[in-house]
Amino acid sequence: MGAKLASREPDSSTVEGAAVTAAAPPPKTKRRSHSRAEQRAGTAFAVPGIVLLLVFVIGPAVVSLVLAFTNARLISPTPPEFIGLENFRRAFTEDATFHRSLLNTLLFACIVVPLQGGLGLVLALLVNQKLAGRNFFRTVFFLPVITSMVVVSLLWRFLYQEDGLVNSALSMLTGGAWAGQAWLANPSTALGAIVVMSVWQGVGFHMIIWLAGLQTIPEEVYEAGALDGTTPWQRFWHLTLPLLKPTFVFVLITITIAAMSLFVQVNIMTGGGPVGSTSTIVLQIVQKGFQQQQMGYGAALSLVFFCIVLTLALVQRRLTRDKDS
Amino acid sequence: MNAATAARRGWTYVPMTVLAAFFLFPIVFMVAASLKTDHQIFADMNSLKAFLPVGDLSLANYAAVFDRVPFWRFLGNTLFVTFMVTAFGLIVNSMCGYALARMRWKGRGLVFGLIIATLILPFDTTIVPMVYLVANLPWVGFDGLTPVLEFGWLNTYRVQIIPFIVNAFSIFLFAQYFTSLPKGLEEAAAIDGAGWLRTYWRIIVPLSKPVFATVAILTVVTSPATWNAYLWPLMTVQSEELRPVMVGVQYFFQLDTAWGEVMAYITMITVPMVIVFLVFQRAFIQSIASAGMKD
Repeated sequence: MGAKLASREPDSSTVEGAAVTAAAPPPKTKRRSHSRAEQRAGTAFAVPGIVLLLVFVIGPAVVSLVLAFTNARLISPTPPEFIGLENFRRAFTEDATFHRSLLNTLLFACIVVPLQGGLGLVLALLVNQKLAGRNFFRTVFFLPVITSMVVVSLLWRFLYQEDGLVNSALSMLTGGAWAGQAWLANPSTALGAIVVMSVWQGVGFHMIIWLAGLQTIPEEVYEAGALDGTTPWQRFWHLTLPLLKPTFVFVLITITIAAMSLFVQVNIMTGGGPVGSTSTIVLQIVQKGFQQQQMGYGAALSLVFFCIVLTLALVQRRLTRDKDS
Repeated sequence: MNAATAARRGWTYVPMTVLAAFFLFPIVFMVAASLKTDHQIFADMNSLKAFLPVGDLSLANYAAVFDRVPFWRFLGNTLFVTFMVTAFGLIVNSMCGYALARMRWKGRGLVFGLIIATLILPFDTTIVPMVYLVANLPWVGFDGLTPVLEFGWLNTYRVQIIPFIVNAFSIFLFAQYFTSLPKGLEEAAAIDGAGWLRTYWRIIVPLSKPVFATVAILTVVTSPATWNAYLWPLMTVQSEELRPVMVGVQYFFQLDTAWGEVMAYITMITVPMVIVFLVFQRAFIQSIASAGMKD
């Protein structure tokens, strides 16, 4: 990645001293060839971004790293004390809610990643055909992405009620055989209900990403394939999919990170219940660190979370890269 | 196209229509229900009337929303914060991207590494220490004309804006675009006597409108601080007159929820964005597509 950003080569081989430049023709006197002026300008251009990045991105990460080993509270008269690995011991050996949250989050990611990635690809293939009205369908599939997750969560909370639309639709489709249930109040259906609405909201985004990937494949590739007498399915499997690999990596990593960060839906729809069946890591970080004010503990959970996400991203990157060679 | 292909084409409308219904039904239901009384909403639930504006219709729910929340104030706050985060974000991130892509300076490699490293750091992981940090940050306020050093950013507009200006992904997108511009633009500008800032503003920016549009749209759609801001203002802004629209949903959480009012409120905070999307649809799709083209 870094290699792509090679800077333009300044002609540093030319003049270095100001005295020499002064003698040169006027237009060329300016410092384009002077690395010192470029050094100053480059730093000046980058400094606002660097400062903000250090204070608001790197800063909190470092604070988190330090607080994780203390008993700091959000508002407390006594200064925080260093307590070593106590927070991590508590998280891994005592905190059953955290174990449940860890499990729920991983389960959610394991279901959502293939479901959303796969459905996104199906939608992209559908709207990539030269059909009348394909723009209309693309717009419709994308509409939930524009709808805020806060709105979507509230809306679906209503749809999932015992007397809500999902049950009445199922009852209608089954001719009244469906008894109906409160989807979010049942520990065995709550997480699944959240999976469905999360995919509903997010899949349009990845449809667009897949679509962009599909459109980079030149028509001739398919024409050549068709001449060889292959079936559409063979063409998809042996031509389209391999050519979509860069897109696949992007889709995989972005859905994984988003799924691991599951929070808003749960916060608005269930608050982590019933009996912890929809509690997630980020929900725990916010509840422990903010609502219960145990900031040190919340920071420790953040650190665990960060390590998990980082590991997943690196593993996925490595796996997808190995297939290349 | 022969008859068989045409028939197959025709059949693909079946799954597409089913899927379209799946993606549309909650939104249509939301708008229809916002016009009905709670009684009517539940009465219509068992038939297709749930999706149609039929029966006892009124704007009463919308009127009730204005009684319950200071809607215009919330909307104004959201628009202001969204504008500031996006505008400052474009300036700061593009200049940083430009310095990384086309200028030579010490520390460039280090800064670039730092930005790549923060790309995968989800915002949620640091939200708690971030609250702690902004609660203690200094700020120079003004008492009349006398500058006063204050501490704490909670309950302000700045806490909703400044931490979200810089964005590693935006910098990355800018840097990548600027790298693709032809070499020698700066040399040509230098011959005309233009300085770095002037070159950047007069030559680079006009050549880079697509990437500016992309970053602006991605910021509005995906940043946790713009149109969708919820968790962060919930944690850092207690005073009502500074709150954004999404936090307003909290005003509707109660024991016996008035669903008609909820539907009216969420329709009101969804429709403006949908209109903006429909108007600038091509640009929206384009910018999301180009985000995925990076690796």
